[in-house]
Amino acid sequence: MTTREPGQTRSDRSPWNWLLVLPIVLPLLTFLFNADEPRLLGFPLFYWLQIAFIAVGVACTTIVYRMTR
Amino acid sequence: MNGHTTELVIFTLLFLVVSGMGFVAARWRRPKDIESLHEWGLGGRNFGSWITWFLVGGDLYTAYTFVAVPALVFGAGALGFYALPYTVVVYPLVFLVLARMWSVSHVHGFVTPADFVRARFGSPTLALVIALTGLVATMPYIALQLVGIEAVLKAMGITGHLPIIIAFAILAAYTYQSGLRAPALIAFVKDTLIYIVILAAVIYIPAKLGGWGSIFDAAKAKFDATPAPADGITLTAANQLQYVTLALGSALALFLYPHSLTGVLASKNRGVIKRNMAALPAYSFLLGLIALLGFMAIAAGTKPVGTDTNTIIPRLFDQMFPDWFTGVAYAAVGIGALVPAAIMSIAAANLFTRNIYREYLNKQATDAQEAKVSKLVSLVVKVGAVLCILLLDPQFSIDLQLIGGVIILQTLPAVALGLYTRWFHRGGLIAGWAAGLAAGMWMLYLIPNPAKGKAHFGGSAFALKNLGLDTPMTVYAGFLALAVNLVVAVLATLAFRAAKVAEGEDATSREDYFADEGDPKVKDLDLSAAH
Repeated sequence: MTTREPGQTRSDRSPWNWLLVLPIVLPLLTFLFNADEPRLLGFPLFYWLQIAFIAVGVACTTIVYRMTR
Repeated sequence: MNGHTTELVIFTLLFLVVSGMGFVAARWRRPKDIESLHEWGLGGRNFGSWITWFLVGGDLYTAYTFVAVPALVFGAGALGFYALPYTVVVYPLVFLVLARMWSVSHVHGFVTPADFVRARFGSPTLALVIALTGLVATMPYIALQLVGIEAVLKAMGITGHLPIIIAFAILAAYTYQSGLRAPALIAFVKDTLIYIVILAAVIYIPAKLGGWGSIFDAAKAKFDATPAPADGITLTAANQLQYVTLALGSALALFLYPHSLTGVLASKNRGVIKRNMAALPAYSFLLGLIALLGFMAIAAGTKPVGTDTNTIIPRLFDQMFPDWFTGVAYAAVGIGALVPAAIMSIAAANLFTRNIYREYLNKQATDAQEAKVSKLVSLVVKVGAVLCILLLDPQFSIDLQLIGGVIILQTLPAVALGLYTRWFHRGGLIAGWAAGLAAGMWMLYLIPNPAKGKAHFGGSAFALKNLGLDTPMTVYAGFLALAVNLVVAVLATLAFRAAKVAEGEDATSREDYFADEGDPKVKDLDLSAAH
Protein backbone atom coordinates (compact mmCIF):
# COMPACT_ATOMS: atom_id res chain seq x y z
CA MET A 1 0.00 0.00 0.00
CA THR A 2 1.66 3.15 -1.14
CA THR A 3 0.43 6.20 0.66
CA ARG A 4 0.11 9.07 -1.75
CA GLU A 5 -0.13 12.80 -1.41
CA PRO A 6 -3.72 13.89 -0.96
CA GLY A 7 -5.11 15.36 -4.13
CA GLN A 8 -3.00 13.14 -6.38
CA THR A 9 -5.36 11.01 -8.41
CA ARG A 10 -4.62 7.33 -8.40
CA SER A 11 -4.31 5.31 -11.55
CA ASP A 12 -3.01 1.96 -12.76
CA ARG A 13 -1.32 3.52 -15.77
CA SER A 14 2.35 2.82 -16.28
CA PRO A 15 4.63 2.31 -19.26
CA TRP A 16 5.69 -0.95 -17.61
CA ASN A 17 2.22 -2.38 -18.38
CA TRP A 18 3.24 -2.72 -22.02
CA LEU A 19 5.47 -5.57 -20.94
CA LEU A 20 2.30 -7.61 -20.34
CA VAL A 21 1.64 -7.66 -24.09
CA LEU A 22 4.65 -9.91 -24.72
CA PRO A 23 3.38 -13.06 -22.92
CA ILE A 24 -0.10 -12.51 -24.38
CA VAL A 25 1.08 -12.36 -27.98
CA LEU A 26 4.05 -14.75 -27.98
CA PRO A 27 2.10 -17.99 -27.26
CA LEU A 28 -0.36 -17.16 -30.04
CA LEU A 29 2.23 -16.97 -32.83
CA THR A 30 2.08 -20.57 -34.02
CA PHE A 31 4.71 -20.07 -36.73
CA LEU A 32 7.30 -19.68 -33.96
CA PHE A 33 6.81 -23.14 -32.54
CA ASN A 34 4.79 -25.32 -34.89
CA ALA A 35 7.59 -27.76 -35.74
CA ASP A 36 9.03 -31.03 -34.50
CA GLU A 37 12.72 -30.09 -34.81
CA PRO A 38 14.88 -29.03 -33.05
CA ARG A 39 14.17 -31.31 -30.15
CA LEU A 40 15.26 -30.61 -26.59
CA LEU A 41 15.65 -33.60 -24.23
CA GLY A 42 13.40 -35.52 -26.61
CA PHE A 43 10.69 -32.81 -26.59
CA PRO A 44 9.68 -31.49 -30.03
CA LEU A 45 10.01 -27.72 -30.46
CA PHE A 46 6.22 -27.38 -30.29
CA TYR A 47 6.21 -28.58 -26.69
CA TRP A 48 9.42 -27.27 -25.15
CA LEU A 49 9.11 -23.77 -26.54
CA GLN A 50 5.52 -23.37 -25.36
CA ILE A 51 6.51 -24.63 -21.92
CA ALA A 52 9.34 -22.06 -22.00
CA PHE A 53 6.76 -19.32 -22.63
CA ILE A 54 5.49 -19.94 -19.10
CA ALA A 55 8.79 -18.52 -17.82
CA VAL A 56 8.35 -15.46 -20.07
CA GLY A 57 4.87 -14.95 -18.60
CA VAL A 58 6.10 -15.25 -15.02
CA ALA A 59 9.04 -12.91 -15.65
CA CYS A 60 6.89 -10.21 -17.29
CA THR A 61 4.11 -10.23 -14.68
CA THR A 62 6.67 -10.23 -11.86
CA ILE A 63 8.55 -7.27 -13.34
CA VAL A 64 5.34 -5.29 -13.91
CA TYR A 65 4.16 -6.04 -10.37
CA ARG A 66 7.47 -4.96 -8.81
CA MET A 67 7.87 -1.82 -10.89
CA THR A 68 4.31 -0.55 -10.41
CA ARG A 69 3.47 -1.26 -6.77
CA MET B 1 -12.69 -56.28 -5.03
CA ASN B 2 -11.15 -57.33 -8.39
CA GLY B 3 -7.54 -56.48 -7.60
CA HIS B 4 -8.17 -52.82 -6.80
CA THR B 5 -8.50 -53.21 -3.02
CA THR B 6 -5.35 -51.28 -2.08
CA GLU B 7 -6.28 -48.42 -4.41
CA LEU B 8 -9.78 -48.32 -3.03
CA VAL B 9 -8.69 -48.28 0.61
CA ILE B 10 -6.24 -45.40 0.04
CA PHE B 11 -8.75 -43.49 -2.05
CA THR B 12 -11.46 -43.84 0.62
CA LEU B 13 -9.11 -42.92 3.47
CA LEU B 14 -7.89 -39.72 1.81
CA PHE B 15 -11.43 -38.84 0.81
CA LEU B 16 -12.59 -39.18 4.42
CA VAL B 17 -9.69 -37.07 5.72
CA VAL B 18 -10.55 -34.14 3.46
CA SER B 19 -14.23 -34.49 4.25
CA GLY B 20 -13.34 -34.09 7.92
CA MET B 21 -11.30 -31.03 7.04
CA GLY B 22 -14.30 -29.61 5.20
CA PHE B 23 -16.37 -29.66 8.37
CA VAL B 24 -13.57 -28.35 10.59
CA ALA B 25 -13.02 -25.47 8.14
CA ALA B 26 -15.96 -23.59 9.68
CA ARG B 27 -13.71 -22.93 12.69
CA TRP B 28 -10.68 -21.91 10.62
CA ARG B 29 -10.02 -18.13 10.75
CA ARG B 30 -13.29 -18.07 12.58
CA PRO B 31 -15.45 -14.99 12.28
CA LYS B 32 -17.75 -13.74 15.03
CA ASP B 33 -20.68 -14.46 12.76
CA ILE B 34 -20.60 -16.56 9.60
CA GLU B 35 -24.16 -15.60 8.66
CA SER B 36 -23.40 -13.16 5.84
CA LEU B 37 -22.31 -13.63 2.24
CA HIS B 38 -19.02 -11.86 2.91
CA GLU B 39 -18.21 -14.60 5.43
CA TRP B 40 -19.95 -17.72 4.11
CA GLY B 41 -19.61 -16.87 0.43
CA LEU B 42 -16.23 -15.12 0.40
CA GLY B 43 -14.45 -16.52 3.45
CA GLY B 44 -14.25 -13.12 5.17
CA ARG B 45 -12.67 -11.42 2.09
CA ASN B 46 -9.38 -11.72 3.87
CA PHE B 47 -7.27 -14.43 2.24
CA GLY B 48 -3.56 -13.77 1.80
CA SER B 49 -1.26 -14.74 -1.08
CA TRP B 50 -0.76 -18.40 -0.16
CA ILE B 51 -4.37 -19.28 0.53
CA THR B 52 -5.44 -17.46 -2.63
CA TRP B 53 -2.84 -19.32 -4.68
CA PHE B 54 -4.08 -22.70 -3.50
CA LEU B 55 -7.74 -21.68 -3.68
CA VAL B 56 -7.70 -20.12 -7.15
CA GLY B 57 -5.33 -22.78 -8.49
CA GLY B 58 -7.52 -25.51 -7.05
CA ASP B 59 -10.55 -23.82 -8.55
CA LEU B 60 -9.34 -23.16 -12.10
CA TYR B 61 -7.48 -26.40 -12.69
CA THR B 62 -10.32 -28.82 -12.06
CA ALA B 63 -10.44 -32.60 -11.91
CA TYR B 64 -12.19 -32.56 -15.25
CA THR B 65 -9.29 -30.62 -16.75
CA PHE B 66 -6.85 -33.20 -15.43
CA VAL B 67 -8.86 -35.99 -17.02
CA ALA B 68 -10.14 -34.36 -20.21
CA VAL B 69 -7.05 -32.45 -21.41
CA PRO B 70 -4.78 -35.52 -21.64
CA ALA B 71 -7.73 -37.46 -23.10
CA LEU B 72 -7.92 -34.83 -25.84
CA VAL B 73 -4.17 -35.01 -26.44
CA PHE B 74 -4.48 -38.79 -26.54
CA GLY B 75 -7.14 -38.53 -29.23
CA ALA B 76 -6.17 -35.46 -31.27
CA GLY B 77 -2.54 -34.69 -30.42
CA ALA B 78 -1.17 -31.15 -30.62
CA LEU B 79 -4.57 -29.42 -30.65
CA GLY B 80 -5.21 -30.66 -27.09
CA PHE B 81 -2.10 -28.78 -25.95
CA TYR B 82 -4.03 -25.50 -26.40
CA ALA B 83 -4.58 -25.67 -22.64
CA LEU B 84 -0.98 -24.54 -22.15
CA PRO B 85 -0.96 -21.29 -24.19
CA TYR B 86 -4.45 -20.66 -22.79
CA THR B 87 -3.15 -20.65 -19.23
CA VAL B 88 -0.02 -18.68 -20.13
CA VAL B 89 -1.96 -15.92 -21.86
CA VAL B 90 -4.68 -15.57 -19.24
CA TYR B 91 -2.68 -14.10 -16.33
CA PRO B 92 -1.00 -11.13 -18.04
CA LEU B 93 -4.34 -10.58 -19.78
CA VAL B 94 -6.32 -10.15 -16.55
CA PHE B 95 -3.51 -8.71 -14.41
CA LEU B 96 -4.89 -5.16 -14.39
CA VAL B 97 -8.53 -6.10 -14.94
CA LEU B 98 -8.85 -8.21 -11.80
CA ALA B 99 -7.18 -5.58 -9.62
CA ARG B 100 -9.81 -3.09 -10.76
CA MET B 101 -12.57 -5.62 -10.14
CA TRP B 102 -11.25 -6.24 -6.63
CA SER B 103 -11.16 -2.53 -5.79
CA VAL B 104 -14.58 -1.59 -7.03
CA SER B 105 -16.09 -4.71 -5.43
CA HIS B 106 -14.56 -3.96 -2.07
CA VAL B 107 -15.62 -0.32 -2.08
CA HIS B 108 -19.21 -1.26 -2.89
CA GLY B 109 -19.47 -4.69 -1.25
CA PHE B 110 -20.10 -6.56 -4.51
CA VAL B 111 -20.19 -10.35 -4.27
CA THR B 112 -20.89 -11.31 -7.90
CA PRO B 113 -19.99 -9.89 -11.35
CA ALA B 114 -23.68 -9.10 -11.85
CA ASP B 115 -23.58 -6.90 -8.71
CA PHE B 116 -20.92 -4.82 -10.42
CA VAL B 117 -22.85 -4.57 -13.69
CA ARG B 118 -25.99 -3.48 -11.85
CA ALA B 119 -24.19 -0.61 -10.13
CA ARG B 120 -22.09 0.40 -13.12
CA PHE B 121 -24.88 0.55 -15.68
CA GLY B 122 -27.83 1.14 -13.35
CA SER B 123 -29.71 -1.70 -14.95
CA PRO B 124 -31.30 -4.57 -12.97
CA THR B 125 -32.25 -6.18 -16.29
CA LEU B 126 -28.68 -6.25 -17.56
CA ALA B 127 -27.59 -7.60 -14.17
CA LEU B 128 -30.21 -10.35 -14.40
CA VAL B 129 -28.99 -11.27 -17.87
CA ILE B 130 -25.42 -11.51 -16.60
CA ALA B 131 -26.47 -13.52 -13.54
CA LEU B 132 -28.53 -16.00 -15.58
CA THR B 133 -25.69 -16.42 -18.08
CA GLY B 134 -23.34 -17.16 -15.19
CA LEU B 135 -25.75 -19.69 -13.69
CA VAL B 136 -26.31 -21.51 -16.97
CA ALA B 137 -22.57 -21.65 -17.69
CA THR B 138 -21.66 -22.85 -14.19
CA MET B 139 -24.22 -25.63 -13.71
CA PRO B 140 -22.86 -28.08 -16.29
CA TYR B 141 -19.35 -27.30 -15.07
CA ILE B 142 -20.32 -28.64 -11.65
CA ALA B 143 -21.82 -31.74 -13.25
CA LEU B 144 -18.56 -32.29 -15.12
CA GLN B 145 -16.64 -32.54 -11.86
CA LEU B 146 -18.72 -35.66 -11.23
CA VAL B 147 -17.57 -37.00 -14.58
CA GLY B 148 -14.01 -36.63 -13.27
CA ILE B 149 -14.77 -38.64 -10.13
CA GLU B 150 -16.65 -41.22 -12.16
CA ALA B 151 -13.68 -41.77 -14.48
CA VAL B 152 -11.57 -42.69 -11.45
CA LEU B 153 -14.22 -44.94 -9.95
CA LYS B 154 -14.69 -46.72 -13.27
CA ALA B 155 -10.96 -47.40 -13.47
CA MET B 156 -11.23 -49.02 -10.02
CA GLY B 157 -13.97 -51.26 -11.40
CA ILE B 158 -16.76 -49.52 -9.48
CA THR B 159 -19.95 -49.00 -11.39
CA GLY B 160 -23.30 -47.64 -10.30
CA HIS B 161 -24.12 -44.18 -9.05
CA LEU B 162 -24.30 -44.70 -5.29
CA PRO B 163 -20.65 -43.71 -4.56
CA ILE B 164 -21.10 -40.46 -6.50
CA ILE B 165 -24.27 -39.64 -4.58
CA ILE B 166 -22.54 -40.27 -1.25
CA ALA B 167 -19.51 -38.17 -2.25
CA PHE B 168 -21.70 -35.26 -3.29
CA ALA B 169 -23.89 -35.52 -0.19
CA ILE B 170 -20.79 -35.14 2.00
CA LEU B 171 -19.57 -32.26 -0.15
CA ALA B 172 -22.97 -30.55 0.06
CA ALA B 173 -23.05 -30.91 3.85
CA TYR B 174 -19.68 -29.31 4.55
CA THR B 175 -20.11 -26.58 1.96
CA TYR B 176 -23.42 -25.74 3.64
CA GLN B 177 -21.73 -25.50 6.99
CA SER B 178 -18.36 -23.91 6.19
CA GLY B 179 -18.91 -21.98 2.95
CA LEU B 180 -15.80 -20.89 1.03
CA ARG B 181 -13.55 -21.79 3.96
CA ALA B 182 -14.07 -25.49 3.18
CA PRO B 183 -12.65 -25.55 -0.36
CA ALA B 184 -9.94 -23.08 0.70
CA LEU B 185 -8.69 -25.50 3.35
CA ILE B 186 -9.13 -28.64 1.23
CA ALA B 187 -7.30 -27.00 -1.68
CA PHE B 188 -4.04 -27.33 0.27
CA VAL B 189 -4.40 -31.13 0.31
CA LYS B 190 -5.73 -31.36 -3.22
CA ASP B 191 -3.00 -29.33 -4.85
CA THR B 192 -0.21 -30.93 -2.83
CA LEU B 193 -1.41 -34.40 -3.88
CA ILE B 194 -1.72 -33.34 -7.52
CA TYR B 195 1.80 -31.87 -7.59
CA ILE B 196 3.28 -35.03 -6.04
CA VAL B 197 1.41 -37.35 -8.40
CA ILE B 198 2.19 -35.45 -11.59
CA LEU B 199 5.86 -34.83 -10.78
CA ALA B 200 6.21 -38.53 -9.98
CA ALA B 201 4.40 -39.42 -13.21
CA VAL B 202 6.58 -37.30 -15.48
CA ILE B 203 9.79 -38.67 -13.99
CA TYR B 204 8.81 -42.31 -13.45
CA ILE B 205 6.67 -43.08 -16.52
CA PRO B 206 9.06 -41.76 -19.23
CA ALA B 207 11.87 -43.70 -17.56
CA LYS B 208 9.81 -46.88 -17.97
CA LEU B 209 8.87 -46.04 -21.57
CA GLY B 210 12.39 -45.34 -22.82
CA GLY B 211 12.50 -41.55 -22.48
CA TRP B 212 10.56 -38.56 -23.83
CA GLY B 213 11.95 -38.94 -27.34
CA SER B 214 10.44 -42.36 -27.81
CA ILE B 215 7.12 -41.24 -26.28
CA PHE B 216 6.77 -38.48 -28.89
CA ASP B 217 7.91 -40.84 -31.65
CA ALA B 218 5.27 -43.39 -30.66
CA ALA B 219 2.60 -40.67 -30.70
CA LYS B 220 3.77 -39.44 -34.10
CA ALA B 221 3.65 -42.97 -35.49
CA LYS B 222 0.09 -43.43 -34.21
CA PHE B 223 -1.19 -40.15 -35.69
CA ASP B 224 0.59 -40.76 -39.01
CA ALA B 225 -1.21 -44.09 -39.27
CA THR B 226 -4.71 -42.66 -38.72
CA PRO B 227 -6.71 -41.36 -41.68
CA ALA B 228 -7.75 -38.16 -39.84
CA PRO B 229 -5.78 -35.25 -41.36
CA ALA B 230 -6.10 -32.87 -38.38
CA ASP B 231 -4.28 -34.95 -35.75
CA GLY B 232 -0.53 -35.15 -35.20
CA ILE B 233 2.12 -34.00 -32.75
CA THR B 234 2.22 -30.58 -34.45
CA LEU B 235 -0.60 -28.43 -35.84
CA THR B 236 -1.81 -28.58 -39.43
CA ALA B 237 -2.70 -25.70 -41.74
CA ALA B 238 -6.37 -26.34 -40.97
CA ASN B 239 -6.31 -26.15 -37.18
CA GLN B 240 -3.72 -23.46 -36.39
CA LEU B 241 -6.33 -20.71 -36.29
CA GLN B 242 -8.56 -22.92 -34.14
CA TYR B 243 -5.63 -23.47 -31.74
CA VAL B 244 -4.94 -19.75 -31.38
CA THR B 245 -8.56 -18.61 -31.10
CA LEU B 246 -9.42 -21.43 -28.71
CA ALA B 247 -6.50 -20.51 -26.45
CA LEU B 248 -7.27 -16.78 -26.53
CA GLY B 249 -11.06 -17.25 -26.32
CA SER B 250 -10.74 -19.59 -23.34
CA ALA B 251 -8.37 -17.14 -21.66
CA LEU B 252 -10.85 -14.29 -22.13
CA ALA B 253 -13.66 -16.49 -20.74
CA LEU B 254 -11.88 -17.88 -17.69
CA PHE B 255 -12.28 -15.00 -15.27
CA LEU B 256 -15.78 -14.22 -16.48
CA TYR B 257 -16.94 -17.44 -14.83
CA PRO B 258 -18.48 -16.40 -11.53
CA HIS B 259 -16.56 -19.04 -9.61
CA SER B 260 -13.17 -17.69 -10.76
CA LEU B 261 -14.10 -14.25 -9.46
CA THR B 262 -15.18 -15.73 -6.12
CA GLY B 263 -11.58 -16.70 -5.33
CA VAL B 264 -10.31 -13.30 -6.48
CA LEU B 265 -12.80 -11.30 -4.41
CA ALA B 266 -11.96 -13.38 -1.32
CA SER B 267 -8.38 -12.07 -1.33
CA LYS B 268 -7.44 -9.29 1.04
CA ASN B 269 -5.81 -6.69 -1.22
CA ARG B 270 -4.68 -5.84 -4.76
CA GLY B 271 -1.13 -7.00 -4.07
CA VAL B 272 -2.37 -10.53 -3.32
CA ILE B 273 -4.05 -10.68 -6.74
CA LYS B 274 -1.06 -9.32 -8.64
CA ARG B 275 1.37 -11.63 -6.88
CA ASN B 276 -0.91 -14.53 -7.76
CA MET B 277 -0.98 -13.57 -11.42
CA ALA B 278 2.80 -14.10 -11.35
CA ALA B 279 2.63 -17.30 -9.28
CA LEU B 280 -0.38 -19.14 -10.73
CA PRO B 281 1.51 -20.15 -13.93
CA ALA B 282 3.14 -22.84 -11.75
CA TYR B 283 -0.15 -24.65 -12.32
CA SER B 284 0.15 -24.04 -16.06
CA PHE B 285 3.47 -25.87 -16.01
CA LEU B 286 1.72 -28.72 -14.24
CA LEU B 287 -1.12 -28.68 -16.75
CA GLY B 288 1.37 -28.85 -19.64
CA LEU B 289 2.91 -31.94 -18.08
CA ILE B 290 -0.53 -33.44 -17.47
CA ALA B 291 -1.46 -32.90 -21.11
CA LEU B 292 1.60 -34.92 -22.11
CA LEU B 293 0.29 -37.87 -20.11
CA GLY B 294 -1.93 -38.40 -23.17
CA PHE B 295 1.15 -39.16 -25.27
CA MET B 296 2.52 -41.43 -22.55
CA ALA B 297 -0.74 -43.40 -22.72
CA ILE B 298 -0.22 -43.82 -26.48
CA ALA B 299 3.37 -45.00 -25.99
CA ALA B 300 2.31 -47.39 -23.23
CA GLY B 301 -0.51 -48.82 -25.34
CA THR B 302 -3.12 -47.92 -22.70
CA LYS B 303 -6.71 -48.80 -23.54
CA PRO B 304 -9.67 -46.87 -22.05
CA VAL B 305 -12.53 -48.54 -20.15
CA GLY B 306 -15.04 -49.26 -22.90
CA THR B 307 -15.22 -46.22 -25.18
CA ASP B 308 -14.84 -43.64 -22.40
CA THR B 309 -11.56 -41.89 -23.28
CA ASN B 310 -11.81 -39.93 -20.01
CA THR B 311 -10.64 -43.09 -18.25
CA ILE B 312 -7.37 -43.12 -20.19
CA ILE B 313 -5.28 -41.36 -17.54
CA PRO B 314 -6.66 -43.35 -14.59
CA ARG B 315 -5.91 -46.49 -16.63
CA LEU B 316 -2.38 -45.29 -17.37
CA PHE B 317 -1.74 -44.75 -13.64
CA ASP B 318 -3.13 -48.20 -12.89
CA GLN B 319 -0.87 -49.74 -15.51
CA MET B 320 2.29 -47.90 -14.48
CA PHE B 321 2.25 -47.24 -10.73
CA PRO B 322 2.30 -49.62 -7.77
CA ASP B 323 -1.20 -50.04 -6.31
CA TRP B 324 -0.73 -47.78 -3.30
CA PHE B 325 0.47 -44.87 -5.41
CA THR B 326 -2.35 -45.40 -7.91
CA GLY B 327 -4.66 -44.99 -4.92
CA VAL B 328 -3.01 -41.66 -4.08
CA ALA B 329 -3.29 -40.54 -7.71
CA TYR B 330 -6.98 -41.46 -7.85
CA ALA B 331 -7.60 -39.62 -4.60
CA ALA B 332 -5.87 -36.55 -6.07
CA VAL B 333 -8.32 -36.54 -8.98
CA GLY B 334 -11.33 -37.32 -6.76
CA ILE B 335 -10.49 -34.58 -4.23
CA GLY B 336 -9.58 -32.38 -7.17
CA ALA B 337 -13.23 -32.51 -8.14
CA LEU B 338 -14.48 -31.41 -4.72
CA VAL B 339 -12.71 -28.05 -4.51
CA PRO B 340 -14.05 -26.56 -7.76
CA ALA B 341 -17.46 -28.18 -7.27
CA ALA B 342 -17.75 -26.46 -3.88
CA ILE B 343 -16.59 -23.05 -5.17
CA MET B 344 -18.82 -23.25 -8.24
CA SER B 345 -21.89 -24.09 -6.19
CA ILE B 346 -21.13 -21.20 -3.82
CA ALA B 347 -20.71 -18.82 -6.77
CA ALA B 348 -23.95 -20.00 -8.36
CA ALA B 349 -25.77 -19.67 -5.03
CA ASN B 350 -24.43 -16.13 -4.55
CA LEU B 351 -25.65 -15.15 -8.02
CA PHE B 352 -29.13 -16.38 -7.24
CA THR B 353 -29.20 -14.70 -3.85
CA ARG B 354 -27.82 -11.32 -4.85
CA ASN B 355 -29.23 -10.87 -8.31
CA ILE B 356 -32.54 -12.73 -8.21
CA TYR B 357 -33.65 -13.20 -4.59
CA ARG B 358 -32.57 -9.77 -3.33
CA GLU B 359 -33.42 -7.97 -6.54
CA TYR B 360 -36.87 -9.44 -7.16
CA LEU B 361 -38.08 -11.45 -4.17
CA ASN B 362 -36.98 -9.69 -1.00
CA LYS B 363 -35.52 -6.24 -1.46
CA GLN B 364 -34.97 -5.72 2.26
CA ALA B 365 -33.03 -8.97 2.77
CA THR B 366 -30.71 -8.88 5.77
CA ASP B 367 -27.18 -10.33 5.69
CA ALA B 368 -28.38 -13.36 7.64
CA GLN B 369 -31.26 -13.96 5.21
CA GLU B 370 -28.89 -13.71 2.25
CA ALA B 371 -26.52 -16.25 3.80
CA LYS B 372 -29.44 -18.59 4.55
CA VAL B 373 -30.74 -18.43 0.98
CA SER B 374 -27.27 -18.96 -0.47
CA LYS B 375 -26.65 -22.00 1.72
CA LEU B 376 -29.92 -23.58 0.64
CA VAL B 377 -29.36 -22.77 -3.03
CA SER B 378 -25.88 -24.31 -2.86
CA LEU B 379 -27.61 -27.56 -1.87
CA VAL B 380 -30.14 -27.27 -4.69
CA VAL B 381 -27.36 -26.65 -7.20
CA LYS B 382 -25.53 -29.81 -6.14
CA VAL B 383 -28.68 -31.92 -6.27
CA GLY B 384 -29.20 -30.53 -9.77
CA ALA B 385 -25.68 -31.49 -10.79
CA VAL B 386 -26.13 -35.05 -9.51
CA LEU B 387 -29.47 -35.35 -11.31
CA CYS B 388 -27.79 -34.13 -14.50
CA ILE B 389 -25.39 -37.06 -14.31
CA LEU B 390 -27.96 -39.62 -13.16
CA LEU B 391 -30.78 -38.79 -15.55
CA LEU B 392 -28.96 -37.47 -18.59
CA ASP B 393 -26.19 -38.84 -20.71
CA PRO B 394 -22.87 -37.49 -19.28
CA GLN B 395 -22.11 -36.45 -22.85
CA PHE B 396 -24.88 -33.89 -22.41
CA SER B 397 -22.95 -32.20 -19.58
CA ILE B 398 -19.85 -32.12 -21.76
CA ASP B 399 -21.81 -30.49 -24.58
CA LEU B 400 -23.37 -28.02 -22.16
CA GLN B 401 -19.98 -27.08 -20.77
CA LEU B 402 -18.76 -26.44 -24.29
CA ILE B 403 -21.76 -24.18 -24.85
CA GLY B 404 -21.11 -22.64 -21.43
CA GLY B 405 -17.71 -21.37 -22.51
CA VAL B 406 -19.23 -19.71 -25.56
CA ILE B 407 -22.06 -18.05 -23.65
CA ILE B 408 -19.99 -16.82 -20.68
CA LEU B 409 -17.80 -14.99 -23.21
CA GLN B 410 -20.85 -12.91 -24.12
CA THR B 411 -20.69 -11.21 -20.71
CA LEU B 412 -17.26 -9.76 -21.54
CA PRO B 413 -18.40 -6.35 -22.84
CA ALA B 414 -20.47 -5.62 -19.72
CA VAL B 415 -18.22 -7.16 -17.06
CA ALA B 416 -14.64 -6.71 -18.33
CA LEU B 417 -14.92 -3.73 -20.67
CA GLY B 418 -17.28 -2.19 -18.12
CA LEU B 419 -14.33 -1.92 -15.74
CA TYR B 420 -12.63 0.37 -18.23
CA THR B 421 -15.37 2.32 -19.94
CA ARG B 422 -18.87 3.49 -19.34
CA TRP B 423 -19.28 4.26 -23.04
CA PHE B 424 -21.65 1.37 -23.80
CA HIS B 425 -25.36 1.94 -23.35
CA ARG B 426 -27.08 -0.63 -21.14
CA GLY B 427 -29.50 -1.41 -23.97
CA GLY B 428 -26.60 -1.83 -26.37
CA LEU B 429 -24.95 -4.33 -24.03
CA ILE B 430 -28.15 -6.39 -23.81
CA ALA B 431 -28.52 -6.31 -27.61
CA GLY B 432 -24.88 -7.36 -28.09
CA TRP B 433 -25.28 -10.17 -25.57
CA ALA B 434 -28.38 -11.48 -27.34
CA ALA B 435 -26.76 -11.29 -30.77
CA GLY B 436 -23.56 -12.97 -29.57
CA LEU B 437 -25.57 -15.71 -27.91
CA ALA B 438 -27.64 -16.35 -31.02
CA ALA B 439 -24.58 -16.38 -33.27
CA GLY B 440 -22.76 -18.72 -30.88
CA MET B 441 -25.67 -21.16 -30.72
CA TRP B 442 -26.04 -21.15 -34.48
CA MET B 443 -22.37 -21.93 -35.01
CA LEU B 444 -22.28 -24.67 -32.38
CA TYR B 445 -25.38 -26.18 -33.96
CA LEU B 446 -23.58 -26.41 -37.30
CA ILE B 447 -20.53 -28.24 -35.90
CA PRO B 448 -20.71 -32.01 -36.41
CA ASN B 449 -18.59 -34.65 -34.73
CA PRO B 450 -18.27 -37.61 -37.09
CA ALA B 451 -16.20 -39.58 -34.55
CA LYS B 452 -19.11 -39.57 -32.11
CA GLY B 453 -21.74 -39.84 -34.85
CA LYS B 454 -23.26 -36.46 -34.01
CA ALA B 455 -24.59 -33.96 -36.53
CA HIS B 456 -24.81 -30.95 -34.16
CA PHE B 457 -23.03 -29.53 -31.09
CA GLY B 458 -20.08 -31.79 -31.86
CA GLY B 459 -17.31 -29.39 -30.77
CA SER B 460 -16.20 -25.79 -30.80
CA ALA B 461 -14.26 -25.73 -34.10
CA PHE B 462 -16.39 -23.77 -36.55
CA ALA B 463 -15.48 -24.37 -40.21
CA LEU B 464 -15.03 -21.09 -42.07
CA LYS B 465 -16.44 -22.70 -45.20
CA ASN B 466 -19.87 -22.36 -43.52
CA LEU B 467 -19.47 -18.64 -44.11
CA GLY B 468 -18.73 -19.22 -47.77
CA LEU B 469 -14.97 -18.89 -47.42
CA ASP B 470 -12.95 -21.26 -49.54
CA THR B 471 -10.65 -22.61 -46.84
CA PRO B 472 -10.32 -25.73 -44.68
CA MET B 473 -9.58 -23.56 -41.62
CA THR B 474 -11.64 -23.70 -38.46
CA VAL B 475 -12.01 -21.10 -35.72
CA TYR B 476 -13.26 -21.17 -32.12
CA ALA B 477 -17.00 -20.47 -32.24
CA GLY B 478 -16.95 -18.42 -29.04
CA PHE B 479 -14.43 -16.04 -30.54
CA LEU B 480 -16.59 -15.27 -33.58
CA ALA B 481 -19.67 -14.95 -31.38
CA LEU B 482 -17.85 -12.39 -29.23
CA ALA B 483 -16.96 -10.40 -32.34
CA VAL B 484 -20.64 -10.33 -33.34
CA ASN B 485 -21.52 -9.28 -29.78
CA LEU B 486 -19.08 -6.35 -29.82
CA VAL B 487 -20.17 -5.07 -33.21
CA VAL B 488 -23.86 -5.18 -32.25
CA ALA B 489 -23.16 -3.60 -28.85
CA VAL B 490 -21.38 -0.67 -30.50
CA LEU B 491 -24.04 -0.14 -33.17
CA ALA B 492 -26.93 -0.49 -30.71
CA THR B 493 -25.25 1.91 -28.29
CA LEU B 494 -25.04 4.52 -31.05
CA ALA B 495 -28.67 3.86 -31.96
CA PHE B 496 -29.95 4.12 -28.38
CA ARG B 497 -28.00 7.29 -27.85
CA ALA B 498 -29.33 8.82 -31.08
CA ALA B 499 -32.86 7.91 -29.94
CA LYS B 500 -32.08 9.49 -26.54
CA VAL B 501 -33.08 6.40 -24.57
CA ALA B 502 -32.33 7.00 -20.88
CA GLU B 503 -28.88 5.94 -19.65
CA GLY B 504 -28.68 4.15 -16.34
CA GLU B 505 -26.98 5.85 -13.42
CA ASP B 506 -23.38 4.90 -12.65
CA ALA B 507 -23.05 4.31 -8.89
CA THR B 508 -19.26 3.94 -9.09
CA SER B 509 -16.69 6.69 -9.39
CA ARG B 510 -13.24 6.68 -10.96
CA GLU B 511 -11.19 6.36 -7.78
CA ASP B 512 -13.20 3.27 -6.72
CA TYR B 513 -11.29 1.26 -9.33
CA PHE B 514 -7.94 1.85 -7.67
CA ALA B 515 -8.86 1.66 -3.99
CA ASP B 516 -6.86 -0.71 -1.83
CA GLU B 517 -6.88 -2.29 1.61
CA GLY B 518 -6.60 0.37 4.30
CA ASP B 519 -8.34 3.09 2.31
CA PRO B 520 -11.19 4.76 4.17
CA LYS B 521 -13.67 3.78 1.44
CA VAL B 522 -12.76 0.10 1.54
CA LYS B 523 -14.96 -1.47 4.15
CA ASP B 524 -13.06 -3.65 6.57
CA LEU B 525 -15.47 -6.51 6.51
CA ASP B 526 -13.89 -8.88 8.94
CA LEU B 527 -12.76 -7.04 12.03
CA SER B 528 -13.20 -10.07 14.23
CA ALA B 529 -11.15 -12.64 12.32
CA ALA B 530 -7.78 -13.72 13.62
CA HIS B 531 -5.08 -12.37 11.35
